[in-house]
Amino acid sequence: MTTDTREIGWTRDEMARRVAIDIPNGAYVNLGIGIPELVARFVPQGRTLVYHTENGLLGMGPSPEKDRADPELINAGKRHVTALPGAAYFHHADSFAMIRGGHIDLSVLGAMQVACNGDLANWSTGEPDAIPAVGGAMDLVAGVKSVYVITQHCTKNNEPKLVERCTYPLTGRSVVNRIYTELAVIDVTPAGFALVELCPGVDLEYVRSRTGAPLLAR
Amino acid sequence: MTTINKQVKGPAEAVADVHDGATVMIGGFGEAGSPVELIHALIDQGAKRLTVISNNTGSGEVGLAALLKAERVSKVICSFPRTANSTVFPDLYRRGKVELELVPQGTLAERIRAGGAGIPAFYTPAAVGTPLAEGKESRVLEGKEYLLEHWLRADFALIKGRCADTHGNVVYNKTARNFGPIMAMAAKVTIVQANSVVAPGGIDPEVVVTPGIFVDRVVEVPSPQHESELVAAGAVYP
Repeated sequence: MTTDTREIGWTRDEMARRVAIDIPNGAYVNLGIGIPELVARFVPQGRTLVYHTENGLLGMGPSPEKDRADPELINAGKRHVTALPGAAYFHHADSFAMIRGGHIDLSVLGAMQVACNGDLANWSTGEPDAIPAVGGAMDLVAGVKSVYVITQHCTKNNEPKLVERCTYPLTGRSVVNRIYTELAVIDVTPAGFALVELCPGVDLEYVRSRTGAPLLAR
Repeated sequence: MTTINKQVKGPAEAVADVHDGATVMIGGFGEAGSPVELIHALIDQGAKRLTVISNNTGSGEVGLAALLKAERVSKVICSFPRTANSTVFPDLYRRGKVELELVPQGTLAERIRAGGAGIPAFYTPAAVGTPLAEGKESRVLEGKEYLLEHWLRADFALIKGRCADTHGNVVYNKTARNFGPIMAMAAKVTIVQANSVVAPGGIDPEVVVTPGIFVDRVVEVPSPQHESELVAAGAVYP
């Protein structure tokens, strides 16, 4: 399989828009670093979500104008953000009590691999010379009510990221509920990966050919 | 009765008694809340073989990264020792010059909180089934597996606030609060640098975030330096 997947399927913005459609009004949401951050731009009109960033802010708003950036108002990716009306600051133990205590409704995260039992690997390739760094990912997946993954369907080398078993070190066991890729929306069910929706113009057999575990049709 | 006054003259006096081999908690998430002036004073002071507990490992060659670069730190307990412009820690780690205990961020926060609250250990769901669970006691409670984690306590905590009073009450600035309040609770000697230090009554008791009982020394640093600006300017400390 050598097809360049970037030429078919949803763009990154469209993937983020597709995630945003599924988030209900009033949800408390933690967005991971990278593609997940795009989701905030595409919340449908009429819905208000409250964004949590684990470094101590509920009610996070978009990036400020450059001249209004405050080095002490940042998100978990250490980018400058704003605080919306109704926001609250708190310390790290309270922030992770929100996460671990099940108060955050949803976490949207990136992934290196997701297994068909919901195992997630997204913090380390396990290479011996890598500097290990985990951040809050393990706490997030262990605590929030739902975990959505947004990711390219395959790696740059066309290896499937949706697999039978993760080969990279795990972030959490059986924690992923739903996966959004450029090709499809896929649920993790007790029976394995199950298709929710195909990107227009993409057929099921093609998605199956790029998935490392069985994919059930609806 | 003598008046309580925890204010000391400057960062150098504030960190003068940090001993070789001390465990030092350093507040901050990236540059937000990093007590740059206290860290630089600690570099000048010269204590070595420190164990540092901090979420990150600094950037460029200022602040926490400069303390590491000066080879004063033998062990780091943190959640994320990689950041943009972070080269000092990776280099030391690869050369075997510094030990790393990697802790999930929420577990790190709760271990510090537990240290301050007098709870020697607790169970948490984070990291179950991952390489970071290796060697840890686990237990099934309420039908789910949890890991036993131990408290963290320190000899000193270095923290940055926005305003403190001479009784040690502290308020913070935005997301620079992060680890400050819990580290203040978990150290034998907690040292706070604040943009302003005011007389008792200068902070409304309703808005105090860290009550003064957790704070031993406050030092006024009116215009604290920001790590990103120092790094952008190519600054190197000392």
